[in-house]
Amino acid sequence: MLNLLISSYKSNDFLYKLFKSKLAITSTLIILIIIFISICAPIISPHQPFNPKTLNLDDAYLPPFWIEGGSLTFALGTDGHGRDILSSILYGSRISIFVGFSSVILSVVIGVTLGLIAGYYGGIIDLIIMRIGDIQLTFPSILVALLIDGIAKIILPKVLHVNIAFYVIIFSIGISNWVQYARTVRAVTLVEKNKEYVHASQVIGLSSHIIIVRHILRNVISPVFVIATIGFAFSILIESTLSFLGVGLAATQASLGTLIRIGNNFLFSGEWWIAFFPGLSLVTIVLSINIFGDWLRDALNPKLK
Amino acid sequence: MNRVEIKDLNIIFPLRNKTIHAVKDVTFSIKAGQIFGIVGESGAGKSTIGNAIIGLLEPPGELISGDITLDGVKINKNNIKSLRGSKIGMIFQDPMTSLNPLLTIGEQLIETIKRHREFTIKESREYAIQLLNRVGINKPIIRMNEYPHQFSGGMRQRVVIALALCGNPSLIVADEPTTALDVSIQSQILKLLQSLCHKEKISILLITHNMGVISEICDSVAVMKYGEFLETGDTYNILVNPQMDYSRNLISSVPRIDKKLDRISVPGYKLQNFNSKIFSNISAPNESNISSEILMLKNVVMQFHKSNFNNKNSTLAVNDVSFSIKNGEIMGLVGESGSGKTTIAKIITNIHIPTSGQIYLFGKNILEINNYEKKSVKKHIQMIFQDPYSSLNPRMKIKHIISEPIKFHNPSIKKNETEFIINELLVRVELNNDCLERYPHEFSGGQRQRISIARALATNPKLLICDEPTSSLDVSIQAQILNLLKDLQNEFNLSILFISHDLPVIRQMCDRIGVMYQGKLIEIDKNDHIFNMPKQSYTKSLINQIPDTKYFYNSYKI
Repeated sequence: MLNLLISSYKSNDFLYKLFKSKLAITSTLIILIIIFISICAPIISPHQPFNPKTLNLDDAYLPPFWIEGGSLTFALGTDGHGRDILSSILYGSRISIFVGFSSVILSVVIGVTLGLIAGYYGGIIDLIIMRIGDIQLTFPSILVALLIDGIAKIILPKVLHVNIAFYVIIFSIGISNWVQYARTVRAVTLVEKNKEYVHASQVIGLSSHIIIVRHILRNVISPVFVIATIGFAFSILIESTLSFLGVGLAATQASLGTLIRIGNNFLFSGEWWIAFFPGLSLVTIVLSINIFGDWLRDALNPKLK
Repeated sequence: MNRVEIKDLNIIFPLRNKTIHAVKDVTFSIKAGQIFGIVGESGAGKSTIGNAIIGLLEPPGELISGDITLDGVKINKNNIKSLRGSKIGMIFQDPMTSLNPLLTIGEQLIETIKRHREFTIKESREYAIQLLNRVGINKPIIRMNEYPHQFSGGMRQRVVIALALCGNPSLIVADEPTTALDVSIQSQILKLLQSLCHKEKISILLITHNMGVISEICDSVAVMKYGEFLETGDTYNILVNPQMDYSRNLISSVPRIDKKLDRISVPGYKLQNFNSKIFSNISAPNESNISSEILMLKNVVMQFHKSNFNNKNSTLAVNDVSFSIKNGEIMGLVGESGSGKTTIAKIITNIHIPTSGQIYLFGKNILEINNYEKKSVKKHIQMIFQDPYSSLNPRMKIKHIISEPIKFHNPSIKKNETEFIINELLVRVELNNDCLERYPHEFSGGQRQRISIARALATNPKLLICDEPTSSLDVSIQAQILNLLKDLQNEFNLSILFISHDLPVIRQMCDRIGVMYQGKLIEIDKNDHIFNMPKQSYTKSLINQIPDTKYFYNSYKI
């Protein structure tokens, strides 16, 4: 196993570059740790912050353990309901990361599909798709997400809305970010479709959709990875902002943004830790992903080698 | 005294996994007014020597030992900046990219002159006009104010030469100066270089892969392989009586122009004979249906509109072209770049729809048949492309590249039958079947072109269109590929439309030849007739401009 790793390291420029950049390898490690703890949150978290039965109001407003009055049972302190901040963060990042990931997947699917179609067919189809994208780009994506979320709230009955709020958020973030994927993919497709391997496929007689799916798609996908990485961090931020504004997820499904909103109320009464630690985790996650994304862009770009 | 002396030059490229020794112990000298040629195949290290002389080695390249002396002065890191551009001029391969598109020719010349000479602006301007006159540009005063895109390729290369002359150099390094140009332009540029050399006693280091260019203008020549000079000497001696096997092979693989041979002489080459049939179980077109004429073009016109809204601004890429290809015939199309050859290929393969005219394949008009019939027709036309680096999908394994057309045209085919066909195809194109699991970037240009041929043959086509299939390959590889195409043509009884700008290649490959000029087919005749008694003056001038290769014929006889 180790031999395999070493040999693949030696032959693989990508891994070599990753291990050479200290910043990149640090951020990769942090991302891996965060993903690991969010998957394992129910197992490793010391408390169950969203199960009312386990909460005790006597534990409310406890400071972190290194401040007088704090205890190691609640390492990062508790909020006004006696919920353990550390456990809330573990559960919160789990939700933030899941929402971020799913909405990026949605944006990529929509954006890549439309970008390929626009780039390959060109003409009026291209015009329509890209102008819709241009119009959407004139609205800030947070506004688009707010709009979709608001419409969903009006249309859906209240009971239903609470249950599917989670998916509405994913949908509204996903739909608000497809344009940049479509633009990038369209640009690369315009270059690829004039290469001779595409002509060769046309000469063989393959139909357009086979050429797009089997030949062009795999040649346009690497820039998408780069945008998707940075888009991932961006989606987490949008979700947090929505939750902070109170239009995102319910308090029973707290994401990092919800936690910061809750803590915000206590900022000026001295209980700073309720907002500070979720905020710090959010910054760490987004920063590591952005650094990794930046590095990925340089590593995959042959011009910067 | 020697103008330039290079002694024991060693250049390495340290990479992560290994160190490449790009130039090994190279020693040579050039006298004043002499042209010294370095010839070799790609990757031999020719350009590295040129770059080292002008001090522009690409990182991580490193000059580890050796002396470069110009007019008795040793070139080192400190003085190269003042010598480059003044004492040493440089001519690059591609005149499209070596001029700044946003500055006028005059601005670029004056800037360079002012950098190297103590002239006022007025004097520089006069000198620039004088330079343009010297390189043979008409109306230099007007053309000074024009931008590079207003010049043709050959004129642009003249401007590049004028730029190299700005500092009144004693040495010009010319790296493939004519490779990107058409034959007719090539001979003009070579004559210009030669006259500069003789009249003004400038020494030229000419780097090229083209034996014809060497024989045309070089006084002495070095044959280079894997970073070493195999032999150096007088051009005539080397060409007529090469001592090393490698030089002899290199010379003998140049296609000859005087007569058509069955196969180009490549050492170790022997005609292949196969007993097994590849396509026994796949339906071939019914032989009785095939008329003697496989393909017939009638009055085909192709007009491109530059904008969607303005029909006036259009170009006639193909203007009233008619010809036909018989069963088992190799038909050649020759012409300069922009003469409409590739457009015809794209029209026949149905990538472009012509503005007017008819195309008959196996007696059917392919512009009028329905999609179902089109699929069965397309199966019988396949194409081999010019650029082996972009004609294979870089993210697909060779196995999938070759199997795709087989599966597409025979959806019900079994896995082992596909494998059988692929293996037989690989044997035909002389590749090992361990290549199946690899990706295109692991292969050399010649190997990729073989893969491309295998893919084209996979549908068992009747008509193969080869669009400049060897123009990006080295001569020795070109000879192999051309022989392979001839063998395959025999075995599969293919008809081939062979498109090339290279007359000697066309001479060796084709039964009949059509000459294209500005979208028109101006002459079409048998191979021997075209070369021995051309009717059109354009054809005559094309043939006269081919670099002289008569010295080579000694080497052909091995």
